[in-house]
Amino acid sequence: MQEPVTVDRETANRELLDFVFAWPKWFFATTGLLGAVITLGLIIFLLLMIFGLQLFGYAHPVYWGFPVVNFVFWIGVSHAGIMVSAILRLAQAEWRRPVTRAAEVLTIFSLMTAMTFPIIHSGRPWRTLYWEFPYDWMRGIWPNPRSPLVWDPAAIFTYLTSTVMFVYIALLPDLALARDRVKNPIGKAVYGVLSLGFRGTTRQWRIQAIAGILLSALILPIFVSVHSIVSWDFAVTIIPGWHNTVFAPYFVIGAVHSGVSAVVTVMIVMRYAFGLKNFITKDHIDSLARLLIIVATVWLFFFMLDFMFGLYGTEPAEVDTWQRRLMEPPWTAIAIIFIITGYIIPVGLWLFRRVRRNFFLMFVTTVLVNIGMWLERYMIVIPGLERKSNLTFQYGDYLPSAAEFGIIAAQLALVIAGFLVFSKLLPIMPAADIKEGQILRDEIKVGRARVPATMREA
Amino acid sequence: MASATDTAELPVVAAAATLPTDDPHPETDGHRWGMVIDADKCTGCQACVVACQSENNLALNEENRVIERRAKTWIRIERYWEGEWPNAKARFLPVLCQHCGNAPCETVCPVWATYHNPDGLNVQVYNRCIGTRFCANACPYSVRYFNFWEPEWPSPMDRQLNPDVTVRTKGIVEKCTFCIHRINRTKRQADRDGRPVADGEVEPACVQACPTTALVFGDLNDSDSKVSELSHSKRAYSLLDSLGTAPAITYLKKVDPSHVGEEEAGH
Repeated sequence: MQEPVTVDRETANRELLDFVFAWPKWFFATTGLLGAVITLGLIIFLLLMIFGLQLFGYAHPVYWGFPVVNFVFWIGVSHAGIMVSAILRLAQAEWRRPVTRAAEVLTIFSLMTAMTFPIIHSGRPWRTLYWEFPYDWMRGIWPNPRSPLVWDPAAIFTYLTSTVMFVYIALLPDLALARDRVKNPIGKAVYGVLSLGFRGTTRQWRIQAIAGILLSALILPIFVSVHSIVSWDFAVTIIPGWHNTVFAPYFVIGAVHSGVSAVVTVMIVMRYAFGLKNFITKDHIDSLARLLIIVATVWLFFFMLDFMFGLYGTEPAEVDTWQRRLMEPPWTAIAIIFIITGYIIPVGLWLFRRVRRNFFLMFVTTVLVNIGMWLERYMIVIPGLERKSNLTFQYGDYLPSAAEFGIIAAQLALVIAGFLVFSKLLPIMPAADIKEGQILRDEIKVGRARVPATMREA
Repeated sequence: MASATDTAELPVVAAAATLPTDDPHPETDGHRWGMVIDADKCTGCQACVVACQSENNLALNEENRVIERRAKTWIRIERYWEGEWPNAKARFLPVLCQHCGNAPCETVCPVWATYHNPDGLNVQVYNRCIGTRFCANACPYSVRYFNFWEPEWPSPMDRQLNPDVTVRTKGIVEKCTFCIHRINRTKRQADRDGRPVADGEVEPACVQACPTTALVFGDLNDSDSKVSELSHSKRAYSLLDSLGTAPAITYLKKVDPSHVGEEEAGH
């Protein structure tokens, strides 16, 4: 069904490393613009340090807002990395090859961005790191292991570490390739050190392959744990709308939904920006879209479970929260937009092969998914806080402030800029992996029959 | 009836079976401070609110801070209507930190800035607080307040600050302490005199200020104390009892037979 990439190895090497060695003008323009937005975010952060959280829209009793929504959102996006590279690798899905590194790099930068949110939104950011980590052995002062906010850094740092290792191991052959091809002596030295003396001997390849497979398997528990733990930030409390046992799998599948969609968006942008028409083909986007149909439908099922369990418990506060989410303005509008953009439009369109193989439509629908998923997180976090209990005197609405929008723009810019700079300095396309995929498809003639030239070991 | 306050009188057999609302923190100091609030006596005069503001160095709640819903009132009076017009009655409910036995705020704090002390109080360590505000979110009573500003008092009000109470910086969460400085002062004095703390000897500022004695404070572990006695009243209930937070505060209210079943969710 899938037409193989028909590029000879020399062209593949050249085209895949093209962007690393070239300096197109738009790169400077884009990074400059992103840098300006990030600077704006830094200024807001500085103002926050000086003036405190009065700049944000928090007010009694809603003490979490956009930053937490975004934290959940970016952690969700980061789930694409494991889904695409580990799970699809173990499932031996061949079409994953060009997608893997982009997904992992997106994971790294969205995780790093997500990690800034808890620091930005805490009342005393300069103390957060100081207290959150149990470094102070002498005084016997420890973090509270019962708090999900202590589980969070543990899960996220584990995820970040393993993803960085995963990316680095897969990167070694490509770094060696870059080392061999770069003209610039400084680049040669840097790539030389980074490639750890990778020369492509059989032993090195074997170790590299085993490490990759082992890491894929070891990383799987993290796939389940990270967003489960993020969901427990909410689920372990007794806030209506948060206090729900289905949250962990619901969040995980939602994360895969938004993460894989983000990968599709990024792949399509890369295809045009980096000139990768030979490597990111309609087949890849088609396969991802078919994966997304299943993921999105499972996610919708969990959303309905969340709703069903909310009503089934017949707990007044919980039922009220659902009524508010679905029936009361402005939440009705948000709920409608989220379900339409998060599920109905994208999945409805992805059912058609023509849409799945249309880059523009896929770009639009996957961006829509992430808008919907962001709104979904907003709908999860805020309404329960606004109507926490039957003490009606403590009802209050949340209105985000300009500073929060600025921070969010800066964080989006941070993820894009991180991705862009990575792809400028290091090969974003897994050249070795793509070539391996081609070799696996090579065929030789034995008599009249055409048989695969290589055999996959077990 | 609030089962948390029953435990002192439960027979041994019943005590062995742990009720979900039992106080999970066995106290080591012999005290378990609690309060009884008689909603039938409360006139909504706000004297407790004013007393608390000045006792605990709370900054002035100026008009726009109230409008922004960023005002801090460690104790507040909530006004509810009972019945339908023209037979409507205003009901006043003083709400302060319930010092829950199963406090939802304590488990979520990542840095132990809030914990249960041996006296059965839910205490806040300002210096450890990093301002995640998770506790303020987790509290179903919404009695935890966040400091959006450095507190300021116009002159000469800055001269009346209580030296026994910390002035809290911006960026942290604070709440009712049951006037822990008064409790500790009384306990120290009793220690020096070599006698136990007498019932009624400790009075938080709100209790002291209440003109109708709607608020009563005391040791729930002392079965002879007034607060223990009142908490076993037939009118007793806990706020949001269904959540199982085991509050140390018992509310008293006569249930009007004509309104029974009208508002199940009210408490």
